[in-house]
Amino acid sequence: MEYFIQQLINGISVGSIYALIALGYTMVYGIIKLINFAHGDVFMVGSFIGLFSAKYFASVGFPPVIVLILSLVISMTVSALLGITIERLAYKPLRRASRIAVLITAIGVSFLLEYTGVYLLGPQAKGFPEIINKHQFQLFGSSVQVDSNQMMTLGTTVVLMIILQYIVHRTKIGKAMRAVSFDMEAAQLMGINVDRTISATFAIGSALAAAAGVIFGMTYNAVDPMMGVLPGLKAFVAAVLGGIGSIPGALVGGLLLGTVETEISSLGYSSWRDGVAFAILILILIFKPSGLFGKNVREKV
Amino acid sequence: MLTVQGINVYYGAIHAIKDLSITVNEGEIVTLIGANGAGKSTLLKTLSGLLKPKTGSIEFLGKSITNQSIQSIVKQGLIHCPEGRRVFANMSVEENLELGAYLQNSDSLGADFEKVYSTFPRLLERKKQLAGTLSGGEQQMLAMGRAMMGHPKLLLLDEPSMGLAPLLVKDIFRIIQEVNAAGTTVLLVEQNAHQALKVANRAYVLETGRVVLEGDAKELADSEEIKMAYLGH
Repeated sequence: MEYFIQQLINGISVGSIYALIALGYTMVYGIIKLINFAHGDVFMVGSFIGLFSAKYFASVGFPPVIVLILSLVISMTVSALLGITIERLAYKPLRRASRIAVLITAIGVSFLLEYTGVYLLGPQAKGFPEIINKHQFQLFGSSVQVDSNQMMTLGTTVVLMIILQYIVHRTKIGKAMRAVSFDMEAAQLMGINVDRTISATFAIGSALAAAAGVIFGMTYNAVDPMMGVLPGLKAFVAAVLGGIGSIPGALVGGLLLGTVETEISSLGYSSWRDGVAFAILILILIFKPSGLFGKNVREKV
Repeated sequence: MLTVQGINVYYGAIHAIKDLSITVNEGEIVTLIGANGAGKSTLLKTLSGLLKPKTGSIEFLGKSITNQSIQSIVKQGLIHCPEGRRVFANMSVEENLELGAYLQNSDSLGADFEKVYSTFPRLLERKKQLAGTLSGGEQQMLAMGRAMMGHPKLLLLDEPSMGLAPLLVKDIFRIIQEVNAAGTTVLLVEQNAHQALKVANRAYVLETGRVVLEGDAKELADSEEIKMAYLGH
């Protein structure tokens, strides 16, 4: 039992990373019906920016918690700008084009980011600095352990979720985002600037992916320009699992996928881990394509 | 107030509006009647900026809005309440109304809410409810209330009575007259030509993208031609 709980805790920290990336997929899909395959690479860029900022601020001699917060903020801000730029340059000119044209463009942007990374930074993995020293904590006197990094992961994810909920449900731009994703034409008739709303969506999604990138670096201590591919695809699975377009769905889908993967590994089938993730995708697409939280709004006449 | 001159509008390859001119004067209710596919909804979409005319000009309050963005048209007080209500079903009644006031200053918000709730008391009862759970009539009230939140000088109403029970239809038309009496000019598209001609000052009859008849609403309601074609007796 304790072993199971231990794996659950491990699963939740992996799942938080998936969930943060999945949110960007789902929000962008919700608003322009695009699977943004470059999203995993924004996560990679965020991770590298986190790495550089962390190294810099640590060398200046700031205390670890400040280094973490500054690295997160800088990485999220730069990635948000990157997300806006990608949308403006690559996707906006294709607003009236077929969906497949935009999808192929997204794959192109993905390769561009990956190989620009390889060109500038080299293909080798780089060590991510240990911003906060890892401590192990025993939970309730049992043998279940939580390390400081897992607590930081969960803490960051929870704080970002609360901020996201606030933005989406309480602010003007959040309401505009929900209106545009529900009915773009009707939203325009309210006077909502659709382009600006789409930019905001990309900014928020990219910032969340960057936060996931920093957390990923701190958890696995190594980052490389191709690191976004697999977590990006897994987060896509998580978004579909939760119901693409649904924000709570992305969160639950991410945590669920992380937990399932960790439990599978802990049972000794770690080589099946990725296979299981994609098997889930196939099963969901066959049996419940709308996902766990899929939209099912009835129309009234 | 509104002067449309010789506009041509295309939907892809379809020539939906052909060399059409209409005017709406301040304080009037003007109705557009005609069969399905006559171009009524297309014309409203062109006025609010969702579609752009290929040629011709649209003037609102003495200024050309032909090539302006939808936002700036909305800001000047030309508000379009679209066909099929198009309420945001995943949001509450209150949030829907708030979105209607998207370009308004937040200081006037309280008074605007009060005005809409006094016109549509049903919306006040249901303000926390999701718009998708409302009945068709309530959704129509919400769509109109939402449009009123944008301080319309000219209100474009597209098929407000569509699919409603006869009693509700009467209500909706009464409210249109109230809104008009309170100082909002109305351009009304209706299938229910009988009711529309009753409340309107003037009317245009559209056929395949052209104005085929125009004039005083009462006179048109009495004309044999209209009775045969649109009023069904």
